[in-house]
Amino acid sequence: MQNKTDNLKIYIMKILVLISNVPDTTTKIRFTGDNKAFDATGVQWIINPWDELALTRAMELKEAGGVEKITVANVGTKITEPTLRKALAVGADDAIRIDAEPLDAYFVATQLAQVAKDYDLILAGIEASDYNGAGVGGMLAEILGINSVSAVSGIDLENGELKIHRDIDGGSQLLSIPTPLIAIVQKGIAIDPRIPAMRGIMMARKKPLNVVPPVDAEARTEFLSYELPAPKAACKMVDEDNAKELIRLLREEAKVL
Amino acid sequence: MSILVYTENWAGKFKKLTYEIVSFAAAIAKEMGSSVTALSIGHVADDELKTLGKYGANKVLNVKDDRFESLDNKALADAVTKAAEKEGSNVIIFAHNNEGKAIAPRVSVKLNAGMVSGVTGLPVSVDPFVVRKKVFTGKAFANIQIKTDIRVITFAQNSFEVVENPTEAAIEVFDPQIGDEEFNTVIKDTHLITGKVLLTDAEIVVSGGRGMKGPENWGGLEELGDLLGAGMACSRPVSDEGWRPKEEHVGQTGKIIAPNVYMAFGISGAIQHLGGVSSSKYIVAINKDPEAPIFEAADYGIIGDAFKVIPQLIEAVKEMKANK
Repeated sequence: MQNKTDNLKIYIMKILVLISNVPDTTTKIRFTGDNKAFDATGVQWIINPWDELALTRAMELKEAGGVEKITVANVGTKITEPTLRKALAVGADDAIRIDAEPLDAYFVATQLAQVAKDYDLILAGIEASDYNGAGVGGMLAEILGINSVSAVSGIDLENGELKIHRDIDGGSQLLSIPTPLIAIVQKGIAIDPRIPAMRGIMMARKKPLNVVPPVDAEARTEFLSYELPAPKAACKMVDEDNAKELIRLLREEAKVL
Repeated sequence: MSILVYTENWAGKFKKLTYEIVSFAAAIAKEMGSSVTALSIGHVADDELKTLGKYGANKVLNVKDDRFESLDNKALADAVTKAAEKEGSNVIIFAHNNEGKAIAPRVSVKLNAGMVSGVTGLPVSVDPFVVRKKVFTGKAFANIQIKTDIRVITFAQNSFEVVENPTEAAIEVFDPQIGDEEFNTVIKDTHLITGKVLLTDAEIVVSGGRGMKGPENWGGLEELGDLLGAGMACSRPVSDEGWRPKEEHVGQTGKIIAPNVYMAFGISGAIQHLGGVSSSKYIVAINKDPEAPIFEAADYGIIGDAFKVIPQLIEAVKEMKANK
């Protein structure tokens, strides 16, 4: 017979996954009004790819047991709701939308801090594919005064203890870090993002999506203008049978060998 | 006033990226009438610390404390913040890589500083402080003003030409006095791929894609890589198939690299792949398919069979080395 105290060791964890709403990665990028603002006309919005992998891993951990609840949170206006619904369809239990235009990373982290206090594990993608800021996760950890770990490529939950895999220069490490913890995740955290099934999409309609008013906060940075990169010069072609010429060009023309 | 640079070393030697950032910081310091302080955490010999002076560091703060080897994000952020406060720094610069992304956001909150990451080149102006960065994964640039008195930036590799500014760097031992309770990261195991060039700091990278047909065909690429002293990389399908270790995967969801030359063999160049290599100074593409998108990003290309091209390149590099 099993010892009773062993049964008490079941650890129930709450996970918060931060979700950025970004243009589909194949979107042609355009700007309006003297290149002062991003032109969102006709843009297809998606869950930021890294956040989607984070949510996928959170689901896998929940299915393996030991996770009580997965919440997703986003700072955005009403246009982000379809993205949050998609996260609910993938399997999150509930969603929080803080009703504000996400001005910059500090502003977003400050907003998230008001809803992020009661979670054991917070997952953030390494960056969002729109402004590539890589700031929100670390800023939120500092505002909350909790531990953070970046470049996370794997998370396992064994007997209530988190095992964190982190990429370092030239290799990887297995870490133990006490919760509450923000893990800033990248490639490897999950292999393929989960696609919502029809059943999930139906269930998502009934799951709670709570809209929270923003707190007073100021952005510390301001996007002044955008530019498209200059068109690239055509690729210089070398014949397949004369491949040695390539080394000569790299050495004498590009001067990089 | 000073500009603080967070340096990084690999086995006691500063990364090429660190010299680039010190030299970048020296250029900003000149515009702002300020000086450059470099912060070195770890075991770096005094002779090596002195080399930072060559690129314009006026002072080097040397933190020798083994506890930082766990790269605890919170403790490191505390140490950098204490250094910035001691030096009265109003610009703090990190590399836009794993370590920089882990620490810079925390430091920015501690110092009430605005932060911009992935800065590409000198500030557009220093008053107001406006910097430029890539957005939408390389599809556009943005000019961003940092409105606070203290600014934190992470610097995108290969966006500033390294220049020498011979300066005598004063070396000062610095103890930021971080309590044990701040160190909460415990390393249980470390797995290093030894004897290889560090991919993220390599000047030349040799990379293979699905066109290489199988893991047994990497011999030629490895030989070419060895001859060039190159880092080895691969595309996502190659790492997903397990042909190559996942540490070699470069692309939007893998490692982001910016070598002087990126040589792509049998890689079609999906937008996600280009997102990880588009900051390379030169991209070289070898692919059978003339329509492969990699040729739009490439500077030099060969339409042809990688297996026919690789032996010729090996021979040419051997000849080049023999003539040097």
